[in-house]
Amino acid sequence: MSSRDEIYSKVSATLVEALNVDEDEIKPTSTLQGDLGAESIDFLDIVFRLEREFGIKIPRNELFPESIFQGDPEFVQDGKVTEKGIAELRQRMPFADLSKFEENPEVSNISNLFTVEMITRYIEGKLSEPSKN
Amino acid sequence: MRWIWIDRFLEFESGKRATAIKNLSLAEDYFAEHFPGYPVMPASLILEGLAQTGGILVGEANNFQEKVVLAKITFARFRREATAGEQLRYEVDLLHLRPEGASVAGRVYSDTDLIAEAEIFFAHLDRSRSQRIFGDHNFVFSGELKHLLGLAQAAAKQPDG
Repeated sequence: MSSRDEIYSKVSATLVEALNVDEDEIKPTSTLQGDLGAESIDFLDIVFRLEREFGIKIPRNELFPESIFQGDPEFVQDGKVTEKGIAELRQRMPFADLSKFEENPEVSNISNLFTVEMITRYIEGKLSEPSKN
Repeated sequence: MRWIWIDRFLEFESGKRATAIKNLSLAEDYFAEHFPGYPVMPASLILEGLAQTGGILVGEANNFQEKVVLAKITFARFRREATAGEQLRYEVDLLHLRPEGASVAGRVYSDTDLIAEAEIFFAHLDRSRSQRIFGDHNFVFSGELKHLLGLAQAAAKQPDG
């Protein structure tokens, strides 16, 4: 099994390729969109590369969920994610660190959850799942 | 000028790989200006040929139900120029195919010379959204690209050699 450091360095190598950034620009706390300049199509590219790199399957909407709050007005009020919304986020993205987000849960801050560290934790969880083969 | 940058498919293996060729003729318009007295094929058009080969490979894999659009060229390397009189061979392998999109790895050869290589990423336009905007018509696989499809299908049916 890979250690967290190994996973992290593979994740950052993947991001170097997918986003065409320098390795020294990548820190655990770097946000994919804000710091590393990822655009929507890059997320799918990252998913493809992680699958190949780690030999795993990443189902749609698992690592990078789209429209989490669609269709439920109880999740968002006045541009802020509600308690219920945060509980939903926690359930959908157990690998994300919500502590900072909870301090200022503006919907527009959701993209800041997507960090290099978040991907690393997701992969770590994925690799520790019992093999289905 | 017609926006077809492949002349013929040589091989077509559904959902796996495709090979197409493009003959470069000095009669093609772009050679006059790129560059006067020094006719080399613009690298962007080499990529277009590779993307057409890959786009058809991706489209065919879903029976042309998806609107396949070029979304990103993750990397492209050009090793030498391609000049009038050469025949380029576009070889494309399907790397990933998912409901949201696909990626391919492509190489461009002239005879045994590797001229260029690239990884190309295609998105499938969201069906419900694109239907609202464009209706049922598949604008990607229409007209000239559809003609290319015919070529691809012919290549797929032919036995090798």
